[in-house]
Amino acid sequence: MGCGRVGARLAQMLTHAGHEVSIMDVTSSAFSRLGPEFRGTTILGDGTDQEVLKRSGIERADAFVAATQGDNRNIMSSQIAQHVFGVKHVVTRIYDPLRSDTFAALGLQAISPTIIGANSFYEELTGEPAPKLAI
Amino acid sequence: MYAIIAGGGKVGFFLARELIEQGHEVLIIENNSERAEFIANELGNVVLRGNADEASTLAEAGAERAAVIIAVTGDDPRNLVLLQVAKRRFGTARTIARINDPRNEDLFRMLGIDATVNATQVMLSVLEQEIPQANLIPLLRLRNTDVEVVEAVVDNRSKAIGKPLRDLNLPPESTISVVIRNGSAFFPNGATILEPGDEVVALTRSVHEPRLRSLFFSE
Repeated sequence: MGCGRVGARLAQMLTHAGHEVSIMDVTSSAFSRLGPEFRGTTILGDGTDQEVLKRSGIERADAFVAATQGDNRNIMSSQIAQHVFGVKHVVTRIYDPLRSDTFAALGLQAISPTIIGANSFYEELTGEPAPKLAI
Repeated sequence: MYAIIAGGGKVGFFLARELIEQGHEVLIIENNSERAEFIANELGNVVLRGNADEASTLAEAGAERAAVIIAVTGDDPRNLVLLQVAKRRFGTARTIARINDPRNEDLFRMLGIDATVNATQVMLSVLEQEIPQANLIPLLRLRNTDVEVVEAVVDNRSKAIGKPLRDLNLPPESTISVVIRNGSAFFPNGATILEPGDEVVALTRSVHEPRLRSLFFSE
């Protein structure tokens, strides 16, 4: 869900590795990021809408990734994937470190680009491992 | 009671005004500064400017001592997320959500939101109540269960007419609670005999609704 830079790149990597991929976005122009070679399926629609998720084939999906710009939409669609459709492997992008903590505690596997980004900069600048903040 | 209202739109504003009038302590969280200023002018010092879906804002609002948080923004994902954060991270006692898409109701309940209010659904049930041919009208669903309160008007060819309630083949886990006849309500017992035009209010599980329906209606 989400065909931005991250979503599009991930979709390309997965199809190259031989996986079957459906990718959703609310704007059709976003799919141009996939390039002409893309062999997966594109679905225009909002992934917080269960009907759109069904159209994307979520009922037979092994994994679901939410990578839109919106934390709330990512969280909600991931919880739908997990609790309504029983998808086993769900990974969610959550920018807000506080929210990513809370939802990790609720059983969502969360990736926070904020933490990853800041840590990489810190390590690049100081040559030392980034310290863990209490937030 | 201390109530936090997330979203200072029309719903949030009027809700706050009523609660304040009833003597409750209220805080509205509103992101738009102009709107926040308007609310402060109208209602006094009851606005916190910020994003209610950020945990730091909820902390500042004192979510851990709030008796209730009511999320009334026009955005379902935001309402869902901020209430879960309030509940899990701050232990807010009660969470209430405005829902815009009626199909999200089950999801909100599944994820632990205590109560939901859905204007679309309310409009639909008002419409259904105004359509005379409508048969079994769901009035409300009891919170966090699949038990529903339904209403039916017995039609003149119904199988339920002319014999005592105890002899009706009622579906399991269903009770007829109230009968309204000629404008007055009474509590029926096993000997009560239904007449055409009676309005019946029953409690049932959702799964038994079709059987209840077939009992009251000829088709």
